Amino acid sequence: MTTRTLYDKLWESHVVHEERDGATLLYIDRHLVHEVTSPQAYEGLKLAGRKPWRVDSIVATADHNTPTRNWEKGIAGIADPVSRLQVETLDRNIKEYGARVYFPFLDKQQGIVHVIGPEQGATLPGMTLVCGDSHTSTHGALGCLAFGIGTSEVEHVLATQCLVMKKTKCMNIVVEGALGRGITAKDVILAIIGKIGSAGGTGYTIEYTGAAIRALSMEGRMTLCNMSIEAGARAGMVAVDEKTIEYVKGRPLAPKGPMWEQAEAYWRTLASDPGARFDKVVTLDAGSIEPQVTWGTNPQMVTTVGGKVPDPAQEKDPVQREWITRALKYMNLKPNTPITEIRPDKVFIGACTNSRIEDLRIAAQVVKGRKVADSVKLAIVVPGSGRVKRQAEQEGLDRIFIAAGFEWREPGCSMCLGMNDDQLSPGERCASTSNRNFEGRQGPGGRTHLMSPAMAAAAAIAGHFVDVRTFN
Amino acid sequence: MERFIRSEGLVAPMDRANVDTDAIIPKQYLKSIKRTGYGPNLFDEWRYLDHGEPGMDHSKRPLNPDFVLNQPRYRGATVLLARENFGCGSSREHAPWALLQYGFQSVIAPSFADIFYTNSLKNGLLLIRLDAKIVDRLFNEALGAEGYRLAVDLERQTVTTPGGESFSFDIDPFAKHCLLNGIDEIGLTLEHADRIKAFEAKLRERQPWLF
Ligand code: SF4
Repeated sequence: MTTRTLYDKLWESHVVHEERDGATLLYIDRHLVHEVTSPQAYEGLKLAGRKPWRVDSIVATADHNTPTRNWEKGIAGIADPVSRLQVETLDRNIKEYGARVYFPFLDKQQGIVHVIGPEQGATLPGMTLVCGDSHTSTHGALGCLAFGIGTSEVEHVLATQCLVMKKTKCMNIVVEGALGRGITAKDVILAIIGKIGSAGGTGYTIEYTGAAIRALSMEGRMTLCNMSIEAGARAGMVAVDEKTIEYVKGRPLAPKGPMWEQAEAYWRTLASDPGARFDKVVTLDAGSIEPQVTWGTNPQMVTTVGGKVPDPAQEKDPVQREWITRALKYMNLKPNTPITEIRPDKVFIGACTNSRIEDLRIAAQVVKGRKVADSVKLAIVVPGSGRVKRQAEQEGLDRIFIAAGFEWREPGCSMCLGMNDDQLSPGERCASTSNRNFEGRQGPGGRTHLMSPAMAAAAAIAGHFVDVRTFN
Repeated sequence: MERFIRSEGLVAPMDRANVDTDAIIPKQYLKSIKRTGYGPNLFDEWRYLDHGEPGMDHSKRPLNPDFVLNQPRYRGATVLLARENFGCGSSREHAPWALLQYGFQSVIAPSFADIFYTNSLKNGLLLIRLDAKIVDRLFNEALGAEGYRLAVDLERQTVTTPGGESFSFDIDPFAKHCLLNGIDEIGLTLEHADRIKAFEAKLRERQPWLF
């Protein structure tokens, strides 16, 4: 029998029909829906007189536009009428067409779509899972094939439960060895992007393997897979192991009883066969990974906390030189500035990359008994979901953050992209646990530095970027 | 889907690598529930000097004179020339909508991000991958000669310069077929409805927990 990669297995088990030129009709098990990329898809469906193929595959929530304060005001708390209309449109569409579960704005279980998928058991190993959102790659942490799609494809999945696709190439990123103290999944993925570049994974699906990946918690694996798209890959994944099974067990939408046993037996087969062939293999030594901080306007523009802002004059390629020069101008940074001299105006702990309970625990540990520096205008913690928020409150993390001078907010995407009120003002600099540092991403003219929750928490206290390993 | 067969038009050179979809159409315009109206907000933060919000009269906003698309010589461009990894980042389909509604029919670059590539084809925006060296040459020619135009022929899969030089490009045959014929892809998939149902029945047997 031929050996197969995990990607081969997930792909082949969902092929409905294959055309001669490799265009494949692929069946989709789970469709996550949010308010921003779905209205035009539902409208298209309606205009064509079609109905959703299988509504029980749909799990929906409103997360991008929702405010993180003033929930007591209800829907009127969404001050921007355009945002409110989008949230209400999702309400209307789900009411009209249905869904397996819907977590609307103000629901106790509402949250960022990529946080609630795994925590509700809506994401299961072996699935094909899509969402009109590029960070759908997150879910691959559970050993499933999960990728982001555009609105036309959202409509396609709604109407047919399938997508027409071609199989991608498969890349194996192997992280061997053990991570040093204070190094997290966020540092690993930023180091990977620094190594292969933000287009390094274009045309590939990535499978992460190696001792350091197996040692990561499930939440760490989600952080890792989340940013596969920042490496250019539509999907990233990690094989199923004991941790995966333990994580899924008992989740609200996970199978129970005899069906659980049947599912578990199948899930345990979801790993690449020994000797399976990949189109490309990249290896990293976990022990050499240092805390990472981005300095530019693309996640590839990253260095270690002990590093410096690069000097474009050292870059030989003219296109790259121009790119770096433009980024430094936008970021208002001088070449060769030590990273530890950069001072944030705001600190954001949240986003689908790093807003789960473990992230909040790590950040809370750093800030415990300390105060946010006076130079930091605003430091906020935005839990990824209502469940994460309540769990954190039970553990007293909210009180630690508040005592240190952080604001403790309601769940949602928040300042990751600032579609709600949580934004950077022009020129403001932010230490952020999100995944994109593009120009204007967190607010027009805003300057984003990506880092781990521990590093962002330490920056809030110190008032400048600091190596969390020496911070005490 | 809009059909695409042939086009010949003015070229605008966008000389930046890794242009992301946040730059192509900023988030505030994603709040719209419509498919149209994005043209005035293409590259909004680079194109205007002030900050734009939905509902503004964009024709009255101050233009950034340094931005390439605001230069009179590129007015009416239908071919966008770009650098590597164009369209990276968010999956927002508003990005190809904005490019099309502004007036672009095709984008030429050494490479595109995957989701953006798929989204564009589904809307009839033709993305053409050419070797980085060729793209570099086209940049030089476009910057050097005012009124520089390129002819794009999807049927023959070629880009032809005013000098008569032709470069061929690859495209997936199915995507080409859909573009040439303006196919309703959902309708096409629904022709396989029986196959989908049969697959579903088998899947339900093998993995009942998915249902
Ligand atoms: S948290 Fe940020 S990256 Fe994640 S889904 Fe929301 S907007 Fe997208």
